Amino acid sequence: MIARLFSHDLPRNRWLTLLLVLIVAGLALTPFLIPGSKALNVAAKILIFIVLVASYDLLLGYTGIVSFAHTMFFGIGAYGVAIACARLGPTWSSIGIGLVLALLLSLVLSLLIGLFSLRVRAIFYAMITLAVASAFQTLASQLSELTGGEDGLNFKLPELLSPAFQLLEEPILNASIDGRLITYYLVFFSSMLLFLAMLRIVNSPFGRVLQAIRENDFRAEAIGYRTVVFRTLSNVLAALFATLAGALLAIWLRYNGPDASLSFEIMIDILLIVVIGGMGTMYGAVIGTTLFTLAQSYLQDLMALGAGATSNWPWLSALLSPDRWLLWLGVLFVLSVYFFPTGVVGKLRSRKTS
Amino acid sequence: MSAPSAQSASPATTGNSDASVAASRPDWLPLLLAPAMALLALPFVGSLPTWVTLTAAGLAMGMIIFIIASGLTLIFGLMDVLNFGHGVFIAAGAYIAVSVLGLLGDWTSASSLGLNIAAIALAAALAMAGTGLLGYVFERMLVRRVYGQHLMQILITMGGMVVGEELIKMIWGPQMIALELPPSLRGALILGEAAIEKYRLLAVVVGLAVFVFLLLVLNRTKLGLLIRAGVQDREMVESLGYRIRRLFVGVFVAGSALAGLGGVMWGLYQQGVVPQMGARVNVLIFIVIIIGGLGSTWGCFLGAMLVGLLANYTGFLLPKVALFSNILLMAAILLWRPRGLYPVTDR
Repeated sequence: MIARLFSHDLPRNRWLTLLLVLIVAGLALTPFLIPGSKALNVAAKILIFIVLVASYDLLLGYTGIVSFAHTMFFGIGAYGVAIACARLGPTWSSIGIGLVLALLLSLVLSLLIGLFSLRVRAIFYAMITLAVASAFQTLASQLSELTGGEDGLNFKLPELLSPAFQLLEEPILNASIDGRLITYYLVFFSSMLLFLAMLRIVNSPFGRVLQAIRENDFRAEAIGYRTVVFRTLSNVLAALFATLAGALLAIWLRYNGPDASLSFEIMIDILLIVVIGGMGTMYGAVIGTTLFTLAQSYLQDLMALGAGATSNWPWLSALLSPDRWLLWLGVLFVLSVYFFPTGVVGKLRSRKTS
Repeated sequence: MSAPSAQSASPATTGNSDASVAASRPDWLPLLLAPAMALLALPFVGSLPTWVTLTAAGLAMGMIIFIIASGLTLIFGLMDVLNFGHGVFIAAGAYIAVSVLGLLGDWTSASSLGLNIAAIALAAALAMAGTGLLGYVFERMLVRRVYGQHLMQILITMGGMVVGEELIKMIWGPQMIALELPPSLRGALILGEAAIEKYRLLAVVVGLAVFVFLLLVLNRTKLGLLIRAGVQDREMVESLGYRIRRLFVGVFVAGSALAGLGGVMWGLYQQGVVPQMGARVNVLIFIVIIIGGLGSTWGCFLGAMLVGLLANYTGFLLPKVALFSNILLMAAILLWRPRGLYPVTDR
C-alpha cells in the first residue's frame, strides 16, 4: 500500500526516511506545535516550494534540461488566480477559472518554447528561456492595468479561506480553527498530492525514457524514442506543475506581484535547492526546500550573532553578515555540484550501499 | 577586412561537397541587415537630424554591447563553454572603474579632454587587468573541471555568478553607485541639426578598435590561426602538438578582460553601477550571441549593431515595444536562420 503510494520509489535509507517523516509530520502539525504566523508562513512556503522545486527537478534532474523560465510558469499560475479573484470577485469559481486559464497559457507557452528550442542543444535552450523569462517579467510589470504592475495585486478569497472565518468557537491545542488554518491544510494536502503525482510520473515508463535521454540522448533516439517529443512533454509537465504551485502561492499570500513569484532571485533559489537537495531524486526537493527555507528564515539570525561576535575583524564580520547568506549558499552550491552532484539525498542513499 | 566567411561562416566540412562549395562563398546577406534596418527606420522617424542622432546612439550602444559579448562568444567558440558567469566580470570591471575613477578625482574633474580620457583609459586598463585575473581564477577553480559537460558548466558558472555578485555586494555595498562622465565627455556635439553625444563617439571608437583588433588577431596572426583552428577542430590542433589547454586559459582571460572593458563602458553609459548589472546585461548579450550564431565574431558584431539600432529606433517610435524589441528581433532572426546569422561549425 505504502509502496504503491510512493510509486515503488521509497527513500531507501533509514536516515532519509527519518528526515522525511520528521519534515512531513512537522509540516502537518505546524499550526498546533508552533504558535505565531511566522512559523505558519515558513511552513506554507516550504510546502509550495516543494512542488515548485520538484517540478524543476522533473526537468533538470530527470531530463537534464536547464531552463530559466520556471519562475515564469510559477508567476503565470499566481497571476492567474490573483487576476481572476481580483476581477471576478472572491468565489471558488473565479479561482477555478483563473487556474484553468493559467494552465492553458502555460501549456501553450511551454509547448512553443519547447518546440522552438529543444531541438537544439541544452545551452541554446537555457539561453532562450532566460531571454523569454526576462521579457515576460517586463511584460507583467508593464501590463499594470491587469497585473497591478510593480505593486502587484491584493485580493480576497472565498469566505471559507478568509482569515476572518471561524469554523469553531473554541481553539484546539492553542490553534484557532479559522480560515487561515483551512487554507494551510488546503495548501498542505494539495502539495502532497502534487508531489506524489510527480513521483508517479518519474517512476512511470515515461519517466524512465526521460532518464534515458538525460544519460544518453543519442542512444535513446537510436532505441526509437523521439527525444524532441519526450523533452517537450517533460517541459510542458514541469511548466504545468509550476503553474499549480504558483496558484497555491497566490492563495496562501492573498497577494501576487513580480517580486513574489516572477523574480530571477527565485529562479536562482530553485536552482540552488534542486542541486543541494539532490538532482533526479524528487525527495531532494523536500529535503532541499526545507533546509533552504529554514536557513533563509532562521540562519540569518544566527549569522547576525556571528557577525556581532566577530565585529573586531571587519572582514570576517562582513562575510558573516546576514545579508551575505546567499554567498555561503552559492559556495555550498558549487561544492555540491563538484563533490556530491546527487546532493544530500544521493549522498544519504549511497551510504547504504557502500 | 575580410569577408565574414573567412572565419565564421565556413561550414563544418562533413564531406558534403555541395554544401561546402555553396557555403564557401562569402555570406553577405546578413551584413545588409543593419543598413536595411537603418534605411527602413528613416521614413518612420521622419526628420533626418533625429534619424542621425538615433542611428549614432544605436551604433554606440551596439558597440558597447559588442565589446561585452565578444569575450563571451570567443570563449564559447573556442572552448565550447557557455559562461553564465560572464556577467560577473562585467560588473566587476565597472566596479573597479568606479574605484579607480574615484581615486583619480583630480583627473576626472579637470576640464581637459586629455586628462579625462587618460583617467578613463587607466580605469579601463586596471579593470581589464582585474577581470582578466578574475577570469584566470574562475577558469582554474570552476570551469577547468567541467570541460565538455554542458549541464555542469551552466550550473557551475551560475554558482560562480551568485558568489561573485555577493562578493561585489560585500566589497562595494548593495546600493547603486553613480558613475559620472568627466566634464569634457558630457554633452553633445552638434553636426548640422543632429546632436551626437560625445561619450557615444568615444564608445564607437573603442568598439571599432576592439573589433578591428579582434579581426586582425584572429585572421592575421599565428595565435589567431590556432584559435580558429581550435574552434573548428580541437583535437586536430592538439594532435599537431599545440597545447590547447594553454590556449584555452589565454582565451578565457582575454574574454574576461574584454568583459571588464565592456563593463567600464556600460557603467559610464548607464552612469551608475548596481551589483545586479551583470545578470541584467547577461540577458542582453545572450540574445546578441544567439542572433549572431554562437561563437562567431562577425555574427556577434552584427547582432550587437542590430540590437543597438533597433532599441533606439523603437525607443523613439514605440516606447512600449522597445522593452521587447530584443526578444522580437531574436525570434525573427531565428525564424529566418534557426542557428543564428553565422553559425560556427555544427555545434
